[in-house]
Amino acid sequence: MSAYVQSLLGILISAIISENFILVKFYGICPFMGVSKKTDTALGMGMAVTFVMGIASAACWAVDNLILIPLGLEYMQTVAFILVIAALVQVVEMFLKKFVPALYQALGIYLPLITTNCAVLGVALVNAQNGYDFLQSVVYGVTGGLGFTLAIVLFASVRERTDKSDCPKSFEGFPLALIAAGLLAMAFMGFSGLKIF
Amino acid sequence: MNEILIALAILGGMGLIFGLVLAIASKVFYVEEDERLAPLTECLPGANCGGCGYAGCGGYAEAVLKGEAEIGKCASGGDEAAQKMAEIMGVKAEKVARRVAMVRCSGYKRTDEDGKPVGLMMKGDYEGLHDCLAASKVAGRGPTICKYGCLGFGNCTRACKYDAIHVVDGVARVDFDKCVGCMSCAAACPRGIITSVEYGEHIVISCSSHAKGAVTTRGCTIGCIGCGLCKKICPKDAITIDRNLAVIDYSKCDSCGLCVNVCPKKMIRKATQGGSRD
Repeated sequence: MSAYVQSLLGILISAIISENFILVKFYGICPFMGVSKKTDTALGMGMAVTFVMGIASAACWAVDNLILIPLGLEYMQTVAFILVIAALVQVVEMFLKKFVPALYQALGIYLPLITTNCAVLGVALVNAQNGYDFLQSVVYGVTGGLGFTLAIVLFASVRERTDKSDCPKSFEGFPLALIAAGLLAMAFMGFSGLKIF
Repeated sequence: MNEILIALAILGGMGLIFGLVLAIASKVFYVEEDERLAPLTECLPGANCGGCGYAGCGGYAEAVLKGEAEIGKCASGGDEAAQKMAEIMGVKAEKVARRVAMVRCSGYKRTDEDGKPVGLMMKGDYEGLHDCLAASKVAGRGPTICKYGCLGFGNCTRACKYDAIHVVDGVARVDFDKCVGCMSCAAACPRGIITSVEYGEHIVISCSSHAKGAVTTRGCTIGCIGCGLCKKICPKDAITIDRNLAVIDYSKCDSCGLCVNVCPKKMIRKATQGGSRD
């Protein structure tokens, strides 16, 4: 196996498990808490995030390498990426509405939520920081989104159960969700030593 | 100074380009929407209860527009919404009768002065999840002796968007002032004992037990035992006994109320009374 393919696999493993966006890096906590009441909505959100993270990392890589770096404007990465992502999500939303109505029905309500999601901005910035090339960036974006999906779906299943359990009044709802999120994050921290390649 | 200008130009240029792209995209990807859709959706209550069988009020309005759905399916909007929608669509709507949800279980979980249970009886103490679906999966179909009785853990209360159904004395009761008849409670009920009835002076059977009389009596002091007294007294032949449970044919029933008085278990009553025995 060539070193390049190995690096892609390494990115995949770390993005999904050992450096999970939500549970290890703590990016994108807002949808993680907000859209995790039901497993199916969590799955929808996860899919939308995966989709947007994939195309956002491709677009941001292009902007970074074709515009910002040649002009020496790396310090503007954050603001430029926000601009790119916001515009991109809007265009994608319109495109889906016109050409793939079924996908729009499934992801439509989540897309505007993702426009300003820190996980999406995070993936673009990490790509730039690590100096990934185009393919690596896209792989990191998509697998990071899959890691996000994994975390939010796991968490939603936990919440569906805790919502129905008997617990002290003061812990009902968000407090219990936060504790569950903490425990889940601790479990994922256990993967932190994982290095395959 | 130069550097700041370049940064400004690049960011401003990017903003401009993206703005243009979005403007073009909104024209290119424009999806035509019928201009009647917005006013049609406005006629509906906007609670997205799903009682009509479509995905939310928007979905129903769209279906009406396409001619897939009939006007008047919105139980919550009732007659008012139906008339308004008919006006927009340029057709005439028939008057829509108000329908409400009704829990077909009379039982209450109480004890009399001697500590003997009356109403719906329990097999024992249930200490699992406070959820009807979970409770109904417990061996022997849940903690109530009656396999058809209300479990009383309030899945319907949680499903109701209008705060119209509550567990009183261990059994769900509908508040008819608030109920709009969307039937989301019926979908949430694992026993399937919540049905839609026309609101008014109708006579309803408030029991769902198809068990034999003796079995019903063992689990509940007020369940239908299928004795058939109501069937015999009914002058219109509107009542039949289906597997030990009285059923009213509303095309024949004229709400005379003879069966209400004759029922030994006192579980036939007027719809306006709902499930309340008191």
